[in-house]
Amino acid sequence: MTLLEVRDLHVDFHTRDGIVKAVNGVNYQVEAGETLAVLGESGSGKSVTAQAVMGILDMPPGRIPKGEILFHGEDMLTMSKEERRKIRGARIAMIFQDALSSLNPVLSVGYQLAEMFRVHQGASRKEAKAKAVELMDRVKIPAAKARVSDYPHQFSGGMRQRIMIAMALALEPDLIIADEPTTALDVTVQAQVMELLADLQREFNMGLILITHDLGVVADVADKIAVMYAGRIVETAPVKELYKAPAHPYTKGLLESIPRLDQKGKELYAIQGLPPNMAKVPDGCAFHPRCPVARDVCRSELPPLAEVGEGRGSACHFWKETLGE
Amino acid sequence: MSEESQRTEQTERREPILEVRDLVKHFPLTQGVLFKRQVGAVKAVDGISFDLYPGETLGIVGESGCGKSTVAKLLMNLEAPTSGTIRYKGEDITKLSGRALKAVRRNIQMVFQDPYTSLNPRMTVGDIIGEPFDIHPEVAPKGDRRRKVQELLDVVGLNPEYVNRYPHQFSGGQRQRIGIARGLALRPEIIVADEPVSALDVSVQAQVVNLMERLQDEFGLSYMFIAHDLSIVRHISDRVGVMYLGKMAEIGSDEEIYEHPTHPYTQALLSAVPVPDPEAEGRRERIVLEGDVPSPANPPSGCRFRTRCWKAEARCAEEVPLLAIPTPFEKAESGVAHPSACHFAEERAAVVAA
Amino acid sequence: MTETLNVPASASTDPQPAPPGKDAAPAKGRSLWTDAWRDLRRNPLFVISAVLIVVLLVMVAFPSLFTSASPTVGDLTHHYQGKPSYSHFFAEDWFGYDTQGRSVWARMVYGARASVLVGVMVTLFVTILGGIVGLVAGYFGGWLDSVLSRITDIFQGIPFLLGAMVVLTTFTKSNVWVVIAALLFLGWTQIARVARGSVITVKQSDYVHAAKSLGASTARIMFRHIVPNAVAPVIVVATTALGGYIAAEATLSYLGIGLAAPTVSWGVDVDSGKDGLRTAPHMLISPAIMVSLTVLAFIMLGDAVRNALDPKSR
Repeated sequence: MTLLEVRDLHVDFHTRDGIVKAVNGVNYQVEAGETLAVLGESGSGKSVTAQAVMGILDMPPGRIPKGEILFHGEDMLTMSKEERRKIRGARIAMIFQDALSSLNPVLSVGYQLAEMFRVHQGASRKEAKAKAVELMDRVKIPAAKARVSDYPHQFSGGMRQRIMIAMALALEPDLIIADEPTTALDVTVQAQVMELLADLQREFNMGLILITHDLGVVADVADKIAVMYAGRIVETAPVKELYKAPAHPYTKGLLESIPRLDQKGKELYAIQGLPPNMAKVPDGCAFHPRCPVARDVCRSELPPLAEVGEGRGSACHFWKETLGE
Repeated sequence: MSEESQRTEQTERREPILEVRDLVKHFPLTQGVLFKRQVGAVKAVDGISFDLYPGETLGIVGESGCGKSTVAKLLMNLEAPTSGTIRYKGEDITKLSGRALKAVRRNIQMVFQDPYTSLNPRMTVGDIIGEPFDIHPEVAPKGDRRRKVQELLDVVGLNPEYVNRYPHQFSGGQRQRIGIARGLALRPEIIVADEPVSALDVSVQAQVVNLMERLQDEFGLSYMFIAHDLSIVRHISDRVGVMYLGKMAEIGSDEEIYEHPTHPYTQALLSAVPVPDPEAEGRRERIVLEGDVPSPANPPSGCRFRTRCWKAEARCAEEVPLLAIPTPFEKAESGVAHPSACHFAEERAAVVAA
Repeated sequence: MTETLNVPASASTDPQPAPPGKDAAPAKGRSLWTDAWRDLRRNPLFVISAVLIVVLLVMVAFPSLFTSASPTVGDLTHHYQGKPSYSHFFAEDWFGYDTQGRSVWARMVYGARASVLVGVMVTLFVTILGGIVGLVAGYFGGWLDSVLSRITDIFQGIPFLLGAMVVLTTFTKSNVWVVIAALLFLGWTQIARVARGSVITVKQSDYVHAAKSLGASTARIMFRHIVPNAVAPVIVVATTALGGYIAAEATLSYLGIGLAAPTVSWGVDVDSGKDGLRTAPHMLISPAIMVSLTVLAFIMLGDAVRNALDPKSR
């Protein structure tokens, strides 16, 4: 059975300026042991989707008017609050971008790790602490035993992110959602943390949803990618195929706008214009005002996510043209 | 440095517009409420030298805490250096004040990282871009200012009718264009850009980089381009300096740094950059460094990088490696002959994905 | 340097969102202050509070316009006549009479002078003094900040009663200006602290760095960049404190060290009115209404001004 399946998910926000449709019919699946990367810019709806899956969306102002989120085949949106709470943290865990603000500054990291075992498994104080040290070892924090009573601010950014990973792993969840886990870290530390995350995922055979805006990070670890734009998935594909031959002009533009060797001294390819204002998403294909291949049909008709190959989809009227070039 | 300037062909006959020598900035750490006493210092910048030539782009890369932003503040005279000199056309600007400093400032301007905090939210766009003219009234006569502001908006690709709007009415990319217009107003010769695109959306970054390149050609600007994104730095820079913990680890032309890095830190940095190409990803060797960057308040003795370096030996803890062309490469024809501050500098294959 | 910029015919690469309607008017140079004033004139909150404040100020200047009765001459035949005739607008017995047969309405009108004077003047002086101390300490930092902050701490530490007694007993006679001086002496630290904190936050903004690197003078940085961005919390604290000062004047009167009869003030009347709370509640309620209205008017004004100075709220 599929570990997680999101079906036709919609999320609205009620704001002063009216209803903002942040997520507009998103579908994706993650299997055990698989990494799905959700790629998008700010406002694309990538984080909102994850928050809806995790059940931490602020409602209100958020609202889920439509959709299903199936975890092991069961729709989490129809579950009771108590049932959802049991899944959250124990079976689906989340890692955030900013580790410092996700950890309580006045409690030692050991206490915060141990708390997971005490609350969810009813472990004794001593057992819980031993498990906390073991976890810190597992995420390769040097001298774990000595540092278990240290406070978050005494760790560096990379170490704090390891502690967040340890916390997410504590109850051996089936699925981890990582929202920009390495964006706040330095390049050399980024590599360490991504490697750790990938190793642990393999070891525990977990599903991983990696939310990011960084095409480079994705290429490294993901099995498949969903590219989001203006609240919709515009392209899905296995990672290698997407990089080799993107089937949506937005993905293609993103890939081409990365500086490359042979472009040195020339103008960078740049996607024209600005990401859309989510309160006023353009009609038809939301990308059409910025799209180099846009035609009349794009302004009026919303392209469906069409199957363009095995396990690949593209929400572009002219995907053949985009792929063929 | 002098060998360096002889070698680089395009810069051979030109005088540097900016010469930085042995620049040091220590921020004192103090204790006590009324009577403060110094208990140490954060060695943010600890002896840095480089030249900037007219019309070129010098990229500075490094991770957080390496001191690259402090270098920008020192160049802008926003911080006073602990020691060292910054010569603009031969004149040491660290000693200037008052009218003379104000005159120099006309020629060196800055573009900031965060377009959300670098514009005064309570000023209109017209006032923000027009402020340089208020401060330096000799640049534009009063009646001419409004037209000049609108010209500047047009130059950076914004609608000149936006003068009466406030910064919050713009997106990040548009705000960064406003910041660039303000930097251009006085027609400076040098622009110091501190992470000018890292706060922007991926699809907008390329637009701003292109704008900066176009303006460089149009106005003959020299750029100091400070960033942590190695691929963008390579794209825009003629020469690149790599900083680590307050020191310059390696400096050279973009090709020398990216194709022939000889400092282990540069090699690790380049190998760690995620490349958006899953196939190249498999082909190259990745150097994963141990541990984190040490605190600049208490840097390691000798070579600053030795605590994370796989090559470190006893000598590295005792002797500070100088930034010079390593002896074995002095006569080398290829790109390895550039300054690198490592006792054991050598080339390493397959750190960069082609 | 004086050559004009070389403008490409069409350098615009951004799609230009349509400007909002009101901006379509012929573009004239606008600034924060002209925009704030445009905004204020349309804000009902501002209009209501401004009208209230103008009425109060007229009352302060020309109390005889509002009542023909004297606040100090009582007719004992009206003694304690607790039944106000609320239908007799502006008449002598509109709000009834007090213990000594004086018109409560007349006392409300004539009391405005002392109370509003104390409230407004103290707020004004406290904001100026505290604001300057906070701005200087926050902006220049270093030893100047250390010294000013410690002085602020010392003043903050003085207990209200003790401090007021010391100041008021130093002067032989107690009039409105002495009370104002006493409250200023004790009150400026609150504003100084708020202003200092706010200035320090704003000082670190990149736009302040940008102005410095353009070569802007200290005065320009302070008054163009720091003050407009740091003023909001000061306005909030100052306008809410205004009511406190009017109440503090009453407290001092009650203790016999502030204003005293025959001076007419709302504070004096609230104080004397509370004794008869059960038998003649109108004696307390009437001056209390005036205090509340005044405080409300100034808080609304402060709120409107603060909003008008924030372009994001428009």
